[in-house]
Amino acid sequence: MSETEAKENDSMINEAYLSIAPETTEWKLPSARKVAIICLVLTETGLFSIFVAGYVFYIGKSLTGPTPRQVLDLPVLATIFLLSSSVTIVLAERAFNRDRVGLFKFFWFATIVLAGLFLTMTAVEWRKLIYHDGLTISTNLFGTTFYSLVGLHATHVVVGMCLLLLVFVFSLGGFVTIMHRERLQMISWYWHFVDAVWIVVFTVVYVIGR
Amino acid sequence: MRLSLYANQRTLRAVIVFAFSLFCFIGFGHVEPAFGKNDGVTNIFRPLSQPAQEIKETSFLVLLVCAVIFIVVAGLLIYAIVRFRHRAGDEASEPPQVYGSNQIELAWTVLPILVVFVLILVTSRTIADIQNRKAPPGAVQATVVGHQWWWEIRYPELGIVTANELHVPASTGDKRRPAFLKLQSADVAHSFWVPQFAGKTDLIPNKENRMWFEPTKPGTYLGNCAEYCGTQHARMLIRVVVQTPEEFDRWVRDQQQATSVATNVADSRKAFFANSCVNCHTIRGTSAQGKFGPDLTHLMSREMLAGGVVPNTADNLRLWLRDPQKIKVGCLMPNMQMTDTEVDEIVAYLQTLK
Amino acid sequence: MATQEIALPAVREPSASLMERLHGLVITVDHKKLGLMYIGTALGFLVVAGLMAVGIRLQLAVPVNKLLEPDVFNRFFTMHGTSMVFLVGMPIIAGLGNYLVPLMIGTRDMAFPRLNAFGYWMFLFGGLLLYFSYLGAPGLAGHGSAPDVGWFAYAPLTARAFSRGTSTDYWILSLLLTSVGSTVSAINVIATTIALRCPGMKLMRMPLLVWLMLVTNFMILLALPGLSGAQIMLLIDRYPGGHFFDTQAGGSAVIWQHFFWIFGHPEVYILMIPAFACLSEIIPVFSRKPIFGYPIMVGATAMIGLISVSVWAHHMFSVGMTSVGNTFFAISTFLVAIPTGIKIFNWLGTMYGGRIRFELPMLFCIAFLFQFLIAGLTGVMLAVVPFNWQLTDSYFVVAHFHYTLVGAFLFGIFAGFYYWYPKAVGRFLDPRLGLWHFWLFVIGFHLTFDTLHFAGFLGMPRRIFTYDAGRGWDTLNFIATVGALCQATAILVLAINIVRSAKKGRLAGNDPWDAWTLEWSTNSPPPDYNFATMPTVRSRRPLWDLKHPEDPDWKYE
Repeated sequence: MSETEAKENDSMINEAYLSIAPETTEWKLPSARKVAIICLVLTETGLFSIFVAGYVFYIGKSLTGPTPRQVLDLPVLATIFLLSSSVTIVLAERAFNRDRVGLFKFFWFATIVLAGLFLTMTAVEWRKLIYHDGLTISTNLFGTTFYSLVGLHATHVVVGMCLLLLVFVFSLGGFVTIMHRERLQMISWYWHFVDAVWIVVFTVVYVIGR
Repeated sequence: MRLSLYANQRTLRAVIVFAFSLFCFIGFGHVEPAFGKNDGVTNIFRPLSQPAQEIKETSFLVLLVCAVIFIVVAGLLIYAIVRFRHRAGDEASEPPQVYGSNQIELAWTVLPILVVFVLILVTSRTIADIQNRKAPPGAVQATVVGHQWWWEIRYPELGIVTANELHVPASTGDKRRPAFLKLQSADVAHSFWVPQFAGKTDLIPNKENRMWFEPTKPGTYLGNCAEYCGTQHARMLIRVVVQTPEEFDRWVRDQQQATSVATNVADSRKAFFANSCVNCHTIRGTSAQGKFGPDLTHLMSREMLAGGVVPNTADNLRLWLRDPQKIKVGCLMPNMQMTDTEVDEIVAYLQTLK
Repeated sequence: MATQEIALPAVREPSASLMERLHGLVITVDHKKLGLMYIGTALGFLVVAGLMAVGIRLQLAVPVNKLLEPDVFNRFFTMHGTSMVFLVGMPIIAGLGNYLVPLMIGTRDMAFPRLNAFGYWMFLFGGLLLYFSYLGAPGLAGHGSAPDVGWFAYAPLTARAFSRGTSTDYWILSLLLTSVGSTVSAINVIATTIALRCPGMKLMRMPLLVWLMLVTNFMILLALPGLSGAQIMLLIDRYPGGHFFDTQAGGSAVIWQHFFWIFGHPEVYILMIPAFACLSEIIPVFSRKPIFGYPIMVGATAMIGLISVSVWAHHMFSVGMTSVGNTFFAISTFLVAIPTGIKIFNWLGTMYGGRIRFELPMLFCIAFLFQFLIAGLTGVMLAVVPFNWQLTDSYFVVAHFHYTLVGAFLFGIFAGFYYWYPKAVGRFLDPRLGLWHFWLFVIGFHLTFDTLHFAGFLGMPRRIFTYDAGRGWDTLNFIATVGALCQATAILVLAINIVRSAKKGRLAGNDPWDAWTLEWSTNSPPPDYNFATMPTVRSRRPLWDLKHPEDPDWKYE
């Protein structure tokens, strides 16, 4: 059967369908991209849950070395930076949807800057912990679970920053248009997820764990 | 055009009957003769101790329940296959298109729930009974420490350390002397399994587990390590020697002696202490206090060597000392590169460690 | 009423050169090609891992055998288990889902075709990396070669101290790669199912296979992090000196087991549910009736998925949990048996009152039903904790999980092969060779795994490279080995069949089985675009409606 004949055959079948399903109401399905990001968030939640479970399980079980109470300070400033970045990204999206490209670029860049500031503060904290307090990933159970969990989160922040930077660079060249609205939204959902995880990590490590 | 592969009802029936009989023959044909023989065969359905006996009773109930379920469901399946198969005259028509039935679904949901309920009751009762047992005053307390690929056995209250062969007294009606074990590990995860005595319990580093059993018939019973622990997991065998109370007390007294300095083997002793044997092995009463390998103080009182791999004879000792890797490749005793003379001397010395 | 004959298309003769065709496979993003690549690669690993199994059985055929060194044997059972689960089971599921879901929901391709391709290549590289360990792991001091820690790699055996060299690292890294592939494929299938269904195909009108793939892929999303997380922790232990499973530093070896089995138990349902999916498509067609209790089947599968995340410690009954812990996991395991049993009853109800045709797909389904029934019952036995204390880590468990993974999973997949091969290739698999495959495999399977249950009763632990004579295990093991050789022969027959029938099989039309779901309305093999225009459906069996306009399904649903 040639391609045209196959197509005719197919359309014959489809006409038959139409005859048996004359009433086709509006057929609206969720967007594939939204479903995909939700799935990604689900699986990453699973991954973080394992590390949180490990952290919680080992609270108080270290045989030696510095304890959380001795060395951890509440990372208030870092948290403010990161959570503000969620605000700026929302503002960026709003600007984008209203076609305010300049404002969009500004807030998007602000998000990147705030994320960078968060990472810098994390680096400062880790420097103090390693050189001043002698806490490394191999010091004791607290060290292992702390650096793993916080490090896993920081890795996700880095990945998010790369995505944000990519978009920013493209936007500088004028390549980001209204066609990309949904993709931007998906990146912002990922970013909100990263921030939500930080709230959990903060609570578990700096509030409960101490 | 349709492919029709089975029009022959007789063939189908014959195959099913044959398959089922084969299954039964293979299964029971090989478990059955094991009933009544205790020589090395460790049949979990031939328990010689609690809790294995209680486990067997629970399992028989469960087996019965499962057998009934199997017969009913398999029977229905066979019935459906035979009764509702496509026959020659059926070519043109489709059978009645039934989409489901809520009553039937309810029935075959409720029934399994009832069965499950019974199983839960039976299971939880047996779990509690076995796990919550406490040691009575006359119990023998032993600590078993798992090593890569041998068992260290300590009787802390009796001051005995030995390896691989656990001696316990048989319990009699009026003199109950169950064995209560603490299980620890020096390296990786192991598992202590003597099928005719009890279920298996793991030996996990940094976690002390407890188990107990209470054999009533003297004899030697076999077990295995049942958690993969590396190269020679298969050759980490357990021997439990159940003795009459008198024999057990005699064994304890013998084991409690530190080694005597036998004078006629002074030279051979030298060979042992000149080599680095003392780094890994302990012989109580001497300067050999190594902890890495098995305690050798009463080596000759054991039936087997190398964790149950070869019988304890002079020849096997010689082979072992020449090159342990030939008997148990991968084991953690290296080839000590000794000369034949040294080996003979050490064997002579070890033979005095009764 | 007789089936409507649809004109047979001429099977396209391949006109491209070999290099062009290979290049086409490398750059393809077409879900059908990728689906077949997943399945083809999985079959390749099936043969390799199967040969290892034959090696294991030959070594165990007689006591104190010297055929394989202990280390070689230990690597064999590790690689056999790891390959079968991750390089055979998971890709077959991905392949089945990627191939069939778009066709069954009436759409052109997956939601993310390039992501689909990425997933396949990640899987392939992961698999190759695992086997590369034979060459690459020795490193310094000759330690290495393939991993030998067992497919579930219990701590602390996997610590640096006890697993010298890099063989364990190959185990970790290759599985991290394949997990990325599986996760990505799962996201893709879920997004496709939710977002790309053709008009009229509400969720409760999807073919059961699509539903079951949806549940499976959600489980993949939730379960795989357990494994990946634990493996990352192990890497941290082995390299930067972490202490997650380091008992010397106060760490817990048991927590590895918890994390692993939090993945591991849903994993086995992830493997089983697609086999259920094949059955749920095939049994109705060959019984000539719709599936009995469609909504219950959907609900039962969802229940299995939900409950299965709460049963994991039934792999750990001998670890020394409290009696309360043991009882909890016994209860949850009993509970998961209920929806599983309901599914068996529903298949039975589908066959009951039908007109059963014993074509090859149906033969494999029937064997599945008997075998899965037994597997489920031995699973119930294992849930009885005191009985478990005797049976766990023995050949009884080996027999149980091979009953589920070979007797059920593989048989279900084979049923799917014989059923959908004509769709994918345009030709039937040869039925005579198929019968040889079926009977050799059934006989071999039962010879091996029925007998191994009894080896477990007689106290034979698992993962031992040899055993002494006089334990009562000799004859049982010998028979099991004979069965393994039978099964190997059967697989050889299947391989020959697959290759030969691609060119010489009897031509199949669009709808060789007189079936009812959308994939049977396209050509065999389907054109690149699947459907010229998007179909519209009004019931669960659109082709039934087409063939029986006087008695369509949508009147009754």
